[in-house]
Amino acid sequence: MKREMLINAALMAGLLVVPLWAWAVDEPFTITLATRVAILALAAVGLNIALGIGGLVSLGHAAFFGIGGYAMGILASHAQTYDPIMQWPLLVEGTKVMPVIWIVAVLAAALAALVIGALSLRTSGVYFIMITLAFGQMLYFFAISWPAYGGEDGLSIYVRNDFPLLNTLDPIQFFAICFALLALALWFSARLAASPFGLALNAARQTPQRVEAVGLSPFRLRLAAFVLSGAITGLAGALFADLNRFVSPVMFSWQTSGEIIVFIILGGVGRLYGPVAGAALFITLEHFLGEVSDYWHIFLGLLLLAVVLFARGGVIGTLAGRKVAHD
Amino acid sequence: MRYRAAPGTGGASTLTTILFIEQVLNGLQFGVMLFVMAAGLTLVFGVMGLINLAHGSLYMVGAFAAAAVAGATGSFVLALGAALAAAAGAGALVELLVIRRLYDREHLDQVLATFALILIFSEGTRWMFGSFPLYLDIPDALSGVVTLPGGIQYSLYRLVIIGIGLGIAGFLFWLISRTRLGIRIRAGESDREMIAALGVDISKLYTLVFALGAALAGLAGALVGAIQSVQVGMGEPVLILAFVVIVIGGIGSIKGAFVGALMVGLTDTLGGLLLPGFFRLFMENAAATSTGSALASMLIYILMAVVLVWRPQGLFGPQT
Amino acid sequence: MTEPVLATHGLTKRFGAVTACEGVSLDLRPGEIHAVIGPNGAGKSTLIGQICGGIAPDNGTVSFLGRDVTGLSTAARARMGMGRTFQISALAMEDTVLQNAVLGAVGARGGAFSLFRRALADSDLRQRATAALERVGLADHAATRTAELSHGQRRQLEVAVALTLAPRAFVMDEPMAGMGSEGSKRMTAFLDELRAEAPILLVEHDMDAVFALADRLSVLVYGRVIASGTVEEIRADARVRAAYLGESA
Repeated sequence: MKREMLINAALMAGLLVVPLWAWAVDEPFTITLATRVAILALAAVGLNIALGIGGLVSLGHAAFFGIGGYAMGILASHAQTYDPIMQWPLLVEGTKVMPVIWIVAVLAAALAALVIGALSLRTSGVYFIMITLAFGQMLYFFAISWPAYGGEDGLSIYVRNDFPLLNTLDPIQFFAICFALLALALWFSARLAASPFGLALNAARQTPQRVEAVGLSPFRLRLAAFVLSGAITGLAGALFADLNRFVSPVMFSWQTSGEIIVFIILGGVGRLYGPVAGAALFITLEHFLGEVSDYWHIFLGLLLLAVVLFARGGVIGTLAGRKVAHD
Repeated sequence: MRYRAAPGTGGASTLTTILFIEQVLNGLQFGVMLFVMAAGLTLVFGVMGLINLAHGSLYMVGAFAAAAVAGATGSFVLALGAALAAAAGAGALVELLVIRRLYDREHLDQVLATFALILIFSEGTRWMFGSFPLYLDIPDALSGVVTLPGGIQYSLYRLVIIGIGLGIAGFLFWLISRTRLGIRIRAGESDREMIAALGVDISKLYTLVFALGAALAGLAGALVGAIQSVQVGMGEPVLILAFVVIVIGGIGSIKGAFVGALMVGLTDTLGGLLLPGFFRLFMENAAATSTGSALASMLIYILMAVVLVWRPQGLFGPQT
Repeated sequence: MTEPVLATHGLTKRFGAVTACEGVSLDLRPGEIHAVIGPNGAGKSTLIGQICGGIAPDNGTVSFLGRDVTGLSTAARARMGMGRTFQISALAMEDTVLQNAVLGAVGARGGAFSLFRRALADSDLRQRATAALERVGLADHAATRTAELSHGQRRQLEVAVALTLAPRAFVMDEPMAGMGSEGSKRMTAFLDELRAEAPILLVEHDMDAVFALADRLSVLVYGRVIASGTVEEIRADARVRAAYLGESA
């Protein structure tokens, strides 16, 4: 446990130091890479609440990532054309203010997670995997065939959205925003895991009949976890869209869902900071292997196979050893 | 990406019977191909308890093998043979190397390992054949249209696909209910240890079932590849629809896969045709078209959700 | 006579052609231990499933604390005060003994929707959990991973989790299963005292324990109660000797 905490601290320090160094030597591209890591890790921290604690293998978290992205895209595009989203029954205008966008993204993703979760959690196991995948795909096709916001081509935003007192166009400042939100989400999920709710959710994964026998409803626990999980992934989606100043149906694609799970697994299942390690490894591989070969996904596939078949604990598990029960 | 034939849903303002019947046939054709995909998936899940995301890759392998062989020899029959052989071979190989290590693993591990296989298959195919789509032509003997009773003109090739799909469905029902292999497959679904104890070589059975499912996926890939382009990534959308089919029909049930596939095929095709018209009844034209087609794209998932609410285990799934 | 705390009325459940439970009526009164015995396959698990929730009877009702609970979920019955222990330990094996007991305390509080307080730092929850662990003799193992407990200790933890709920009635599915004779004796003594707190419906294979503890016995064979009465009455019952004791002797 001590060792895992050291690794976690080193990870976060690394994620902070690399872009600061890049800022010092004026390498904005590296800062952007680190920002991607922070945002994708945030998406996976969200999924990890459902998957790591609750054991809910959602293969549809791209739905929430995409909803977050489109929340940003829709609000910002209306703001940049001064064209209200809605005039009746009440006037709703777009906005370029990040915190407002985030709130909308989180609420929209949470609402979607409530609906998708309420339906999907009627089932379990492999049905749950297939159904979440299918719901993700549903939104993907909806985004493609809904022409109002770009359809298949997606939606571009000319200028990154604003955050009070900061210059978000400066890569290091935008990184700082993303890093702070990641740290906040990590803190939140640590608290959550140790709370009565986390304890019960964790028990519902291991022995749902016990949870029922003490008077709690596994369904409600899981649904609440799914909603929180979707909300955090939705926030990551809004940031990701802001990073690229672009949203497209790709954010909804099943590959996105798969990749978010891959971050968790590469980092180590059931590890709080696994998503950070996994996303960092993924982006590093993408960057360096992508330079070596156009077909770097083959290597990613082989690595992933090796992790699943032979190194179950992922990066953190390999470094920190067997998981121990925490007091 | 989807194989809905585009009959110009936006333009036609009146819906003729002929168009409707044509779309019903399209829906059937789409449905039977989904069945051929879903049958392999549901067998593999029913017998081995494995969720295989790489099933779509085997579909792609079949399509590429068919396109390559058809390009080299000009023979469509050889192309179909190659699709079957390549997909079955790839399936057996993958089962021996990777899949059999996953039977006793959690679903999460199965999802990830087969996701990894998709990456390997997709990039491997891109590396071998490049990023541009290949084309597989409908053979001359099957091209053109036939006139159905009532004067409806319809593509002969699509009719043949419907026939092949129905034939495969019949074959699978016969295989499962009437043959020794079928008995073993059903026994394997209910009790793995038992049939191992009876001296059936379970790992050979598993390889065989997996290769059979793979061959079916490969065949579907080749058959559909002649209507659409053959390209990397073609398998996954179909895979996900096959999942929807299985969820609707009930995991492990061939009958459920058949009913589910036809429901999905018809819902998707007819939804695309009817919904824009429906919205046109009370909306202006452009808005109706976009709302209708956006909703149509979600229709099969809404169907799935409805089935789930009503019967969470699927139409023909085992009662829990 | 005092009102029964828990009662079944004509419970019937079929699985296809098999009738696992047929017209079972029994009750549990304050202060008593009512044991249900029967050979394997007699339908004991099906009976417990219907009493505690999870298996819906085809016919008949279950009443608890004077209320018909047949349509209620397992969780709702637990919240009313039905304390269940499982035959095959249903514990969170990755968690510590204390965490398992705290889970019970969380349930007893009536909900888990407190997201920020640390469960184990909550003195209320912790006290309740520790008290239950002390009573079954597991207090020294509070920090042990449950997977590392011996079989008998897991049975004790099962009972401890039920204790945290301060239930109005216990439904115990073979609490002595797989225990050594020493552990079995200690558990017997413990249950003996516990009945004053809340009555116990005890499904058990250990005949020594059953005969030592039970105020009343019901014998279940092929889903039917073939005899019900005091230990002496059951011992003397010819049908029981034929159907049950004969087989297990």
